[in-house]
Amino acid sequence: MQWRSLEFILGAVLTGAMLTLVLLSVWIFPDRGSLMDLASRLARPFTAWAHPLGTDPLGRDVLARVLVGGRISLMVGFVSVLGASVLGITVGLIAGYYRGFWDMLLMRCVDVQLALPFILVALTFISILGGGLGNIILFMIVSQWVQYARLVRGMVLSVREREFVQAARAFGVRDVAMIRHHILPNIIGPVIILMTLNVANNILLESSLTFLGLGVDPLIPSWGGMLADGRTYMQTAWWVSVFPGVAIMLTVLGLNLLGDWLRDRIDPTGKL
Amino acid sequence: MSGFLIKRLLQAIFVVLVVTLFVSYAVRLSGDPALMLSQGAGSVTEEDLQNIRTGLGLDRPFLVQYGDFLGGAVQGDFGLSFMGGTPVAQLMGDALPATLALAFVSLLLSIVVSVPLGIKAAVNKGKGVDQFIRIISLVGLSFPNFWLAIMLVLLLSITFPLLPPSGWDGAISLVLPALTMAIILSATNVRLVRTAMLETLSAQYIMVARSKGLRERVVLYKHALRNCAIPLITYIGLQFGNLIGGLVVVEKVFNWPGLGTLAFDAIANRDYPVLQGTVTVLAVIIVAVNLLVDIAYGLVDPRIRNK
Repeated sequence: MQWRSLEFILGAVLTGAMLTLVLLSVWIFPDRGSLMDLASRLARPFTAWAHPLGTDPLGRDVLARVLVGGRISLMVGFVSVLGASVLGITVGLIAGYYRGFWDMLLMRCVDVQLALPFILVALTFISILGGGLGNIILFMIVSQWVQYARLVRGMVLSVREREFVQAARAFGVRDVAMIRHHILPNIIGPVIILMTLNVANNILLESSLTFLGLGVDPLIPSWGGMLADGRTYMQTAWWVSVFPGVAIMLTVLGLNLLGDWLRDRIDPTGKL
Repeated sequence: MSGFLIKRLLQAIFVVLVVTLFVSYAVRLSGDPALMLSQGAGSVTEEDLQNIRTGLGLDRPFLVQYGDFLGGAVQGDFGLSFMGGTPVAQLMGDALPATLALAFVSLLLSIVVSVPLGIKAAVNKGKGVDQFIRIISLVGLSFPNFWLAIMLVLLLSITFPLLPPSGWDGAISLVLPALTMAIILSATNVRLVRTAMLETLSAQYIMVARSKGLRERVVLYKHALRNCAIPLITYIGLQFGNLIGGLVVVEKVFNWPGLGTLAFDAIANRDYPVLQGTVTVLAVIIVAVNLLVDIAYGLVDPRIRNK
């Protein structure tokens, strides 16, 4: 393992740092960034230790809100990927292993879902069911499980023809055991890569949606919400918009670097 | 070959139908436009609401409404906007050039940037330049597109008043939105070019060209690039869905009068016909591009069409 690869070091450090800071945020800032210090509204960053990144128009500390707000984005990212991957892997396994009706059904779903960018689907969906944390995660799961299913199905199709699988079958190994012991370990690599990259992407998507007013309740501190709030103050208080964006970027970059490093190790042909 | 074509065409039509059905249905679940339209009109009785609904044709069964929509759509008639009664087709017709112009310029800009960078990365594979370019491209991928837009506006419109931050008032307005899109597109495209070039460069005829003593630039641009141009175009075509997705958000941020902004405003106003029309048109464009890409891919690589 090339631990000294620049990508890995940078990626691990960035992701690790952001994750730790966000997870610890509630301890570091017990007020969760809602304390309004009206005396120092719109304080500039880098001037006082009390507010290292400045304050927003309501006197709330930007650093606190950025770190606490990260919890929403990270949660959406991880939970949605967890849900989508579990669902997608299961369907992909069934479709690839048993073929037949399930396979055909899956392929139809794939065709339809791949045609549409998530934003359009989200626009329509959200106008019915409204936004909110749960709904956003649900939409992401619903629109992304297909990626995993298609990937897993493809790999299962090729793995099941290999000799060790044929041999196991000749020995009478039952289906479930076959999948667990022989097939799964061989397909897990690219799936992990997809998961990593999707967490990064979903964090971006969540902040886009919240920014547009379609996502999480804007009263809860979240990165997208802060960016939306900060837009009106762009000319006077640039720091309200810049820092949440930087946080998003660093987290996503860290995850992308890790995903890329993984991809280089596991699937260098770039066939993903 | 024609079997493949027909199959893909049918698939595309199926997808468009499912999408339009889904959008039409979903849009109708979101709220009653009669209520929206009559807000602020004083006391509105149930009878008035019912009249509005009948006037807009909303009391007919869903499938009838959908059939109507489809029938009209095929002829280019997408109904009338709930807000003011302008024909939807006209609204879309006004917005489409804006979106297409932005898409085209962004794509062009992105290609101009990513091709040389991708080639440079491929040629120096494994070395510092390659790693650097790859990390930079990842940085480009990590920007939230709306934040990048805001940052660019901050930098190039507010701090240094150079470029207009919103609306479409002449060619110069294209710069900021296209720049935003191009940065994000290039991030992916640089990697695509790099991968495609790597595959091409390992071919034997490249070795022959080099041993013939041809200058490196000729080898790269005349031989290698031309040969990976087609797969490259298909890769880029497959990114088209992402292009539209990103475009929709960037349009809204820059108040660009295109289909994206149209769609967003339609949601806010519960303007079904406009929303239906816009999403349908965007979906059809994406499906059409995917179809073309698939066909081109099938033409180039016989293994795909015989699958």
